[in-house]
Amino acid sequence: MARIIVVTSGKGGVGKTTSSAAIASGLALQGKKTAVIDFDIGLRNLDLILGCERRVVYDFVNVLNKEATLKQALIKDKRCENLYILPASQTRDKDALTFDGVEAVLTELKEQGFEYIICDSPAGIEHGALMALYFADEAIVTTNPEVSSVRDSDRILGILDAKSRRAEQGLEPVRQHLLLTRYNPQRVVDGEMLSVEDVLEILSIPLLGVIPESSAVLNASNKGVPVVFDSEADAGLAYQDTIARLLGEERPLRFVQAEKKGFLKRLFGG
Amino acid sequence: MSSQPSLKGSSFTLSVLQLDNRDAEQAIEYLAAKIAQAPNFFRYAPLVVQLDGSEHQVDFETLKRGIEALDMRIVGVTGWQHEALKAQIHGAGLATMQGGAATSQPTPSQAPSSHANKDAQTPARQSAMVVKTPVRSGQQIYARDRDLIVLGAVSNGAEVIADGSVQVYGALRGRAIAGAQGDTEAHIICHNLQAELCSIAGSYWLSDQIEPDYWQQPALISRSQDALQIETLQI
Repeated sequence: MARIIVVTSGKGGVGKTTSSAAIASGLALQGKKTAVIDFDIGLRNLDLILGCERRVVYDFVNVLNKEATLKQALIKDKRCENLYILPASQTRDKDALTFDGVEAVLTELKEQGFEYIICDSPAGIEHGALMALYFADEAIVTTNPEVSSVRDSDRILGILDAKSRRAEQGLEPVRQHLLLTRYNPQRVVDGEMLSVEDVLEILSIPLLGVIPESSAVLNASNKGVPVVFDSEADAGLAYQDTIARLLGEERPLRFVQAEKKGFLKRLFGG
Repeated sequence: MSSQPSLKGSSFTLSVLQLDNRDAEQAIEYLAAKIAQAPNFFRYAPLVVQLDGSEHQVDFETLKRGIEALDMRIVGVTGWQHEALKAQIHGAGLATMQGGAATSQPTPSQAPSSHANKDAQTPARQSAMVVKTPVRSGQQIYARDRDLIVLGAVSNGAEVIADGSVQVYGALRGRAIAGAQGDTEAHIICHNLQAELCSIAGSYWLSDQIEPDYWQQPALISRSQDALQIETLQI
């Protein structure tokens, strides 16, 4: 049975697309047949992060309008054979997304044997974001450890509880996971950032992972290679842990404690 | 299939004419006076006639004609206790009804007018609305004519409103409005007070008006002499 997972947040710039790309790639590396769909119609980014921007011929909206088949539009990833990308359209607007159209695409992906369908949501709580979350079985709520991001995530959690298909049809509610990104333990110690505990207390949903703030993330995005491939970087390892937890494994949290300064560093500063 | 008619049970709130005195003419006069106060409200309104259970004769024909002349419609008659009376009601072309909350608590000693006024002012007591999920930012919950109990937290940007009291078992970070229809006896109870706004029957405090000593503490907020009062909840 395919799992439809929406990566959402409410607020923009918190790392939805980076996380979608990393999680989809990670699942595919674990041998799961995975599709990742860019719902940010008009602001196409996912293809850049995944490094397939030059291979986009048809897009999601072409499929919805029956101008292309799903098979024609799906881009097979060059690094992992189990990963397929459905890019957003850059020239249309989000009203191109319809309930029937999106449902038909998701149904066809399920029929083709995809085990994971990752929906990369646009920011906001408008039509595009609602379409991305409507059919979801699970939601990964991406949040930065600061108050405005946490409040927007809270809003999205309320919308998941009220406006998803599962809520409307009275089915089992959408399973919610918290993914805390851009976490900087030193700034938490300094009182400049909310701690994991602070965020969990406000949102009260299970924690899926904590991704440390890292220059490796920006590098990875610029190169078009998802950060999960970078086993040297904290952020890459943290995404690997996150994916393992999504697959049901138990892993301890890493990279959430500030580095202790050595004696000399404390003495001379640094 | 769905286009076929179907018969379902359903409940409605109806006006009840308490016929304590068996004089049909007097009842019609009383109704006419009521309708004069709000003609549009009662126009074609359904009406249930409640008998008091005694054996006096009622002129159902007169009652029916009189009420229809006032542009109201009798849905049925309730409170009959004999088969003979039931037959009379049917004979007048009226339906007989059983049950209704009012039949279980008959108050034959009260005059119809005082009874009707009481009904209009104090709605029947209802049990509290219980919300078992967290109330998220942007959500609004309103408990009409009753208390509201929230078992989870109320987030910043969420609103919990009740005509009665509000109780929040998690952290209260959003807005809490008790006594929304003006009940000054309503109160707000929470186990961790961080509210953006607390209001009881129109008197309100913003978060910066709450004494710092009570912040993030279990608290009871009530209203006395047009002002809010706060005390720590001792459990």
